[in-house]
Amino acid sequence: MESVWEAVKELLSGLGTVFIHLFRKPITEQYPEYKRPLPERARGRIILTCDPDGGERCVACRLCSAVCPVNCISMEGAERPDGRRYAPWFRINFARCILCGFCEEACPTSAIQLTTDYEFSKTDILSFVYEKEDLLVNHQGKDKEYNFYRYSGVTTNYGDKGEHVGESKPVDIKSNMP
Amino acid sequence: MLLWIAGFIILLIKLTIVLGVVLFLAGYLVWVERKFLARLQIRYGPNRAGPFGLLQPIADIVKMITKEDTVPDGADRTFFLIAPAVVALTALLMFSVVPFGKDITLLGQKVPLVVTDLNIGLLFVFAMSSLSVYGVALGGWASNSKYGLLGGIRGAAQMISYELSLGLSLVPIVMMAHSFSMVDIVQAQQRYPFILFQPVAFLIFVVSAMAESKRIPFDLPEAENELVAGYHTEYSGMRFGLFFLGEYVHIMVFGGILAVLFLGGWRGPFLPPVVWLLIKIFLVALFMIWVRGTLPRLRYDQLMTLGWKVLIPLALINILVTGAIGLIFGG
Repeated sequence: MESVWEAVKELLSGLGTVFIHLFRKPITEQYPEYKRPLPERARGRIILTCDPDGGERCVACRLCSAVCPVNCISMEGAERPDGRRYAPWFRINFARCILCGFCEEACPTSAIQLTTDYEFSKTDILSFVYEKEDLLVNHQGKDKEYNFYRYSGVTTNYGDKGEHVGESKPVDIKSNMP
Repeated sequence: MLLWIAGFIILLIKLTIVLGVVLFLAGYLVWVERKFLARLQIRYGPNRAGPFGLLQPIADIVKMITKEDTVPDGADRTFFLIAPAVVALTALLMFSVVPFGKDITLLGQKVPLVVTDLNIGLLFVFAMSSLSVYGVALGGWASNSKYGLLGGIRGAAQMISYELSLGLSLVPIVMMAHSFSMVDIVQAQQRYPFILFQPVAFLIFVVSAMAESKRIPFDLPEAENELVAGYHTEYSGMRFGLFFLGEYVHIMVFGGILAVLFLGGWRGPFLPPVVWLLIKIFLVALFMIWVRGTLPRLRYDQLMTLGWKVLIPLALINILVTGAIGLIFGG
């Protein structure tokens, strides 16, 4: 008999709790009208950014395409006359992309970055293949300062060996003889 | 002859109105349920189709009618196709004995506000309610799917078990009203609704009715997380819609029967009788949704224990007590 009372009590308290919720404001976010502010590092559509001087950052090192778990990034690498590497074409197939962000982590030049834009669904699957001109933007994305060729030891028009930021002059190994 | 034709026409008009109203209300009961349940779960519910999502039932119907009507490979075609109709039809037929007002006089002729005043109205309800088991069991069996079959078996077991307590809980009502006719039962509640005399029968009836209409917490035949969708797993389009419709008409029918048997039917002050009946049906439906928002699904053995070891003995004791009181006090 006691267990019956227990059951009835629990039943009524449950019904009461549910009834109280009737007067709460719904917590639903009504999507197209209200868009939740996303964190800066939210992973959405991928872009190719520029360095602060306006040149494109990508050096076609293929680290992003190597790390990509679904193999959706492909490119070709080439070298400019001044020694700077670049990608003549760069392609991301967003129909495959899982927005994991590995490419962004792998990129040594902060060229490939993920944006907070997630609303790029389409009905035609072929239109998901983004070429370089679709990916390229003229801002720095999340990394405002970095310019790879100012730091790298490669000889370009940013400087010769030993003239980059934080780099010391090349050592003449023969002068170091004891 | 003329009188006969007039009676036939009146019957047809009544049928049309009742059928139309019941189907319309069943459609909007879906909306009410989704909206109310959503509020209980601090969500909004449908609010895109029309103001407050009021066009949602219409959108659903259009969607279901335009969907492909599939029959799975290896299904028993005949039974597969008629099973949803059985569920919807039996549910709708049950409404034909629910009275929704006092007799009115039209063109010098007495018109009872009920589709048919059967003198075995209550038995007819039980017959139809039992027949709807066939829809569930056949639909599950004919779809040639293990989920469908399991759902059908569970549905048959559950509905047969709860049919008993449902019937037994109403025996005291029949004893008090001295009639099986729904009209006479409402008549017998002229002064007090039967819920005051028969609270136990009322509770047993509510629980059994929820089990009969396969509502949460008794939705084992369709248990989404074990059986996909139970007996209507393989159905699509309007055939699934008919199962769905049957379920909601069932809720309304049980609301109506509950109102007629325990809450005084169409009786009530100030408002017209039909409105009172609808209010009572609506309140019962709201209660069912509230319970749905609260309770988790029962386990199969708990379901059977509740049915056979609790509700049926309780209903039998209730009959005995009512009979004894009637015998002693000459009620």
